[in-house]
Amino acid sequence: MAAEGGGRIVVVGAGPAGICAAAALVYAGIRPVVIDEAPRGGGQIFRRPPDGFARPAEALYGLDAGAARQTHSAFDALLPRIDYRPNTLVWNIHARSVHVLEQAGGRDAIPYDSLLLATGAMDRVVPFPGWTLPGVYTLGGAQIALKYQGCAIGRRVVFVGSSPLLYLVAYQYARAGAEVAAVLDTAPFTVKLAALPSMLWGGATFAKGLYYLGWLKARRVPIVSGVTPLRAEGRDGVERLVWRAADGGERDTGCDGLAMGWGLKSESQLADLAEVPFAFHAGQRQWIPQADENGRTPVPGVYVCGDGAGIAGAEAAALAGERAALALLKDRGHAPDDARLTAIARKQARLRRFRRGLEIAFPFPEAMARNIPDDTLLCRCEAVTVGELRRWIGELDAGELNRAKAFSRVGMGRCQGRVCGPTAAEIVAGECDASLESVGRLRAQPPVKPIPLQNSPAA
Amino acid sequence: MHAMTRPQFHRLAETARKPLRLTIDGRSAEALEGDTLLTAILVNARRLNINQFDRTPRAGFCLMGACQDCWVRLEGGERLRACGSFAADGMRVITHGG
Repeated sequence: MAAEGGGRIVVVGAGPAGICAAAALVYAGIRPVVIDEAPRGGGQIFRRPPDGFARPAEALYGLDAGAARQTHSAFDALLPRIDYRPNTLVWNIHARSVHVLEQAGGRDAIPYDSLLLATGAMDRVVPFPGWTLPGVYTLGGAQIALKYQGCAIGRRVVFVGSSPLLYLVAYQYARAGAEVAAVLDTAPFTVKLAALPSMLWGGATFAKGLYYLGWLKARRVPIVSGVTPLRAEGRDGVERLVWRAADGGERDTGCDGLAMGWGLKSESQLADLAEVPFAFHAGQRQWIPQADENGRTPVPGVYVCGDGAGIAGAEAAALAGERAALALLKDRGHAPDDARLTAIARKQARLRRFRRGLEIAFPFPEAMARNIPDDTLLCRCEAVTVGELRRWIGELDAGELNRAKAFSRVGMGRCQGRVCGPTAAEIVAGECDASLESVGRLRAQPPVKPIPLQNSPAA
Repeated sequence: MHAMTRPQFHRLAETARKPLRLTIDGRSAEALEGDTLLTAILVNARRLNINQFDRTPRAGFCLMGACQDCWVRLEGGERLRACGSFAADGMRVITHGG
C-alpha cells in the first residue's frame, strides 16, 4: 500500500460501522486488518448465531431482517479481501500498535499507520436494590440470549427502563413465546408526546417502535409509564420486582427474569488509550472521543465512528463508518468522493434530528440515579455500595470521578467502570451539587478487559 | 438449596442441535452444541459463580463481554468468560467459586 502514501490500516470492530468502513477501504483497493472480539461479523445489533442454528433472519432480527442480511452479506463478500481477525480482543493501544489477544491464546502487536475505531456500545444501567440477583440482565443481554442462543432469561420476564430496546425486546420475547409480565417505562408518557416532532424524522424506525407498542398492547401485555423500580427481591434469584407507580402507590410484579436498561453508552476505552481527547456530550450525559464530522480525531491517523464515538444507532453507524473511511482515504492521498460524502451527510442530518427525539422520548432517570439507597450495590465487580461512595465523596472531598474511584474502588474492578461508571458520575455530581461535566470521566487503563496472567505483556 | 434445582434460562427455539454433556459442580448435565458456556450452565442452574467480595450468586448480566460478571472456573483451574466461550463435551465447570 506504500504507493498510496501510508502503511497498514487497522479497523477495530465488525459491527455496522466497522463493516461499512472496511467496505469503503476495500473498494479503494486497500486490504485492511479487521479485528473483532466476536466469532462472526455483524456487531451486537446484527449478531449472528453460531453454526448449526436454523432460524431465518426474520425470526432473529424482525423488522430489521433486511438490514441484518445486507450487513452480513456485505461482510461475507469482504472476507477474501480483508485480513480478518475474529475472536480477538484488543487489550491495549500503545506506540501506534494495537495489542491483541486471540481467544485461542495467541498474542500479537499489530503496528498501524491509520487506525479506525468502531468499538460500539453497551447498555447504560442504573442500579436498584437486588439488581445483581441471578435472573437480572441488561436489555441488550436479554436480547442476545434470545437472538444468539434461542433462550429466554426466564419463564416470566419483566422489562424495565427507558430505551427503544425496552419495547423491542419485550416484543421479541412475547413473539418467541416467553411470558412478558410487564413493560415498565421509567419515563412519563408525556415526554413521548414532546418528542413527537423530532421522532417523525425517524421515518421507518419510528414506525417500527409504534408497531411493537401496538402489538404488545393488543396482546394485553401490561405497559406502564412513569414507573420507578424500587427493588428486585428473591432468594436464589429474582422472584419479583417492587416498583412505584406514577400515582405514588407501590406495586409488585412476580417474575423470574428481569431486563433493565436506559439506552446505550459508548465503548470508548480504546480511543482513550490511543490518546484521543474527549469532549462532554450533554444530551448523552457522557464523554465521547473528540472528532470532526468525518470521524477524524486530533490524533493524526486515528478515526472514530459508530456508537463508540457517541450513540446514534445502527443506521447512523453504518454511514459514519463509511464516512470515516472516506476521510482516512482522503488523508492518505486518495481522490475524495465528494458526491458520496454529500449523500452520506444528508442522511446523517435526518438521523441526527431523530436521535434528538429519542433522547427526549427515553430520558435518563436522573432523580432515580442520584437517590439510590445507600445500601444498594453500585460496583457489582467488587461489591461496593452507593453509601460507601457517598461517604468517600463527603469525607475526602472526592468531587472528581478518578479521585472517588481511588478511594472507593468504584470503577476499579474487572469491568473498569463500564457498568457502574455512569451512575457513579451522577452520584458524585449529585453529592457535590456540581455539573455532570465537572466530575470528569473514568480514565481507561490497559488491559481494557481482563486477560489471563500467562498472557500478560512481558514489558 | 443447590443451585441446580431450577434453571435460569429457558429454551424457546433452536432445540434440534446435537446434545453434549458437561459436569456442573460434579453433576452431569446436558447442553447443546453451539451453546455458550453461560447458556449451557444456566439452562441447568441458576448461577455461574459466587462473587468473591459479597459472596452472592451471580448469573451474568450483559452477555456481551463487557460486565465481566460471568467468569467461571473449570476443574483444571482455567477461568473462562462464560458469555464468550462455547460449551464443549466433557467440560467440568465449578460454580461455587469466585
